[in-house]
Amino acid sequence: MKLLTHNMLTSHVKGVIKGYPLLIKATEVKVNEVEFNPQFVCRMIPKLEWCALVQAADQLGHRQDLPGELVPDYEKNEDFLKKVHRVLMEVEVLEGCLQCPESGREFPISKGIPNMLLNEDEV
Amino acid sequence: MCSGYPTPVYAHAGRGDFRDVYEPAQDSFLLIDALETDAERLRGMSCSDVNPAAAQCTAKTASCNNVSLQPVLTDLVECFLPRLCGKVDVLLFNPPYVVTPSEEVSSRGIEAAWAGGERGREVTDRFLPSVAQLLSHKGLFYLITITENDPEEIIRLLSHQGLEGESCLSTRAGNERLSVLRFHRKQQT
Repeated sequence: MKLLTHNMLTSHVKGVIKGYPLLIKATEVKVNEVEFNPQFVCRMIPKLEWCALVQAADQLGHRQDLPGELVPDYEKNEDFLKKVHRVLMEVEVLEGCLQCPESGREFPISKGIPNMLLNEDEV
Repeated sequence: MCSGYPTPVYAHAGRGDFRDVYEPAQDSFLLIDALETDAERLRGMSCSDVNPAAAQCTAKTASCNNVSLQPVLTDLVECFLPRLCGKVDVLLFNPPYVVTPSEEVSSRGIEAAWAGGERGREVTDRFLPSVAQLLSHKGLFYLITITENDPEEIIRLLSHQGLEGESCLSTRAGNERLSVLRFHRKQQT
């Protein structure tokens, strides 16, 4: 599970009001080399919850020097875009779980795939 | 039909670890053909499934074909709401469209790939209300249908939600007439 995906996931356990962002508890993390595509990164940035991204990178110990706030004029800042690319696309959680911040319910991640399916009594 | 893109590698589907996964068929390939014109926009995609074996199989297919794709196990788009509202540029759904008894619809195994219940519409109809929420202002939604699903009615339903649609590609596969419907937001004048 890449952090781009994690940024988009919300827990919908019954009764939960804000199931976002999910806390990451990783037991296996991999860093891959992914081709840098600046246009793609620029397109994704406006869709991100920036704080949730920084928090997630922190939880994995992969924040490095990613700034706590979006820098202005990031479209032309290749250095910054490369940092975002690394955190969004190259860091991958293979095993572990995502925890709902409100209910504590854990959603397993197996072979890089998060399982957000709820049981009948949680819907 | 001439194609600029080679047919993907998928021989692993439907066997071994992935025997509970429905293999790509005419409907899958029709959808791929419809998407080729929009290929450049299709990067960094996620996909969802209720069948864990299917999700793993998808991950393997992506890897065999050198594409980046993130499968997530969820019911339709549940875990992606509300974060993806208004943000989706390309939305694809190849639903379980086969007409079956309603009882066959709630499976999370291989039947989930085809069992569509009454008029083959039960899962599609659960999904349609999310489409207008998800699409960005320039977003496109592709949906596979067969004649029994009443594609004209689906077009009318989504029209009431401000989405304009049409059949962009169709073909016969055995005794099914498949169509890919494509929708976009009606432009404000």
